[in-house]
Amino acid sequence: MIRTVSVAMPAHLRTLAGVSGDVTVELDGDVTRRSILDALETQYPMLRGTIREHVSGERRPFLRFFACGEDITHKSPDDPLPEEIASGAEPFYVIGAIAGG
Amino acid sequence: MSNVRVLVGTRKGAFILTSDGKREKWDVSGPHFAGWEIYHLKGSPADPNRLYASQTSGWFGQVIQRSDDGGKTWFQPGTPAGETTTPDGMPKGESNKFVYDDSPETGKPLTTHQFYDGTAKPWVFKRVWHIEPSLDDPNTVYAGVEDAALFKSTNGGQTWAELPGLRGHGTGAQWQPGAGGMCLHSIILDGERIFVAISAAGAFRSDDSGATWKPINKGLHSQYIPDPNAEVGHCVHHIAKHPSNSNVLFMQKHWDVMRSDDAGDSWQEISGNLPTDFGFVIDVHTHEPETIYVVPIKSDGEHYPPDGKLRVYRSRSGGNEWEALTKGLPQEKCYVNVLRDAMAVDTLDSCGVYFGTTGGQVYASADSGDTWAPIVRDLPAVLSVEVQTLS
Repeated sequence: MIRTVSVAMPAHLRTLAGVSGDVTVELDGDVTRRSILDALETQYPMLRGTIREHVSGERRPFLRFFACGEDITHKSPDDPLPEEIASGAEPFYVIGAIAGG
Repeated sequence: MSNVRVLVGTRKGAFILTSDGKREKWDVSGPHFAGWEIYHLKGSPADPNRLYASQTSGWFGQVIQRSDDGGKTWFQPGTPAGETTTPDGMPKGESNKFVYDDSPETGKPLTTHQFYDGTAKPWVFKRVWHIEPSLDDPNTVYAGVEDAALFKSTNGGQTWAELPGLRGHGTGAQWQPGAGGMCLHSIILDGERIFVAISAAGAFRSDDSGATWKPINKGLHSQYIPDPNAEVGHCVHHIAKHPSNSNVLFMQKHWDVMRSDDAGDSWQEISGNLPTDFGFVIDVHTHEPETIYVVPIKSDGEHYPPDGKLRVYRSRSGGNEWEALTKGLPQEKCYVNVLRDAMAVDTLDSCGVYFGTTGGQVYASADSGDTWAPIVRDLPAVLSVEVQTLS
């Protein structure tokens, strides 16, 4: 079943991707953090390396992931996400750490 | 009449300053890439409208930007503007991908360098500090990166490959970071010869277009390292060379201003009467190979001009005898720094000299440094300054 998932990104990533506001990606299969980010990078290839390191694929250290108000940064990237995310009712959040200066 | 285009990288974006040959009235465009650190941007000598920029962020990593119209529009080279897929199916993030070559076939399985405490740390790519376009091919460009290595692109920045002979020549495991990180910050192209400098490893030379390398640090003396005369480990801040004078190099080291007359095989100190020989920038007059410029900074612990006076020092004798250039520069209560890539010279008959400060000022002199005036006063902290002379 094709699912349409909404993704909220920091402003700088929206600028790089040339979009405004949240974006949607379509997934065929399990809706997980990994599948969302894979789809996001396929749809917006200029974002490769900006959320996950190019080589290691690891999350960049100043970024975290939230789903339905819960910090899922340190959970398995292959855990199924809540139905609210899978249905597109709630966005999947990529959040940048707050820093001054 | 010729024009000049000054390319300024700052902590919060890039700015492009343009003027005619008089260099009195300036147009300012920017910020480009607002909010991002722009460590360096530079134009191709072979095609002045081809610019490359290093856009970086502690959050989102490295982005390489390219302009083919002199900075009016920009795009990621692997991601042409307006296209969702490249015709050849290239993954578009490739232009931002810098992967160390540790393969036994082309590189060497060198995987660690020294950390500040002497322990071994793996090489991890962080950012591009310096971009150096080829002298004769707009699509060939070099990138000096942190952790220190030299990369090359031959397709206009779409993809990058390491020149692994530098890290793998034998001393790489002894390199260590300076306070700003272990960065390759200086690249000088001279035919088949390439010079680079790394903080804190030293200067290196290749005589075969980057295939093989050797350290060129004989004569450097650094009291802050265990062996002050070591083959590597010196904190070189910047090196410069006059285009027509292939064997003469000038260096601003952590402390000491140095010169070499044999392409780096040996160095002699030329600090002479400078008020302090700590500093970051050094550059050479376009038409006078023995006229050089530095901006003395008080000390390694106090990164601002001595006595609160911003002074460029010029030597017309290749070093040792220096004169302070102060006209138009603040001579009281000035506590800015001038970082290592933040000085440049144009090629007009009356040589223009430019530098940027951590206080956001970019100063220009249209008369070889005799007099100065600010082009802009309130930019974010300036990381780099380059200038193009346009016909």
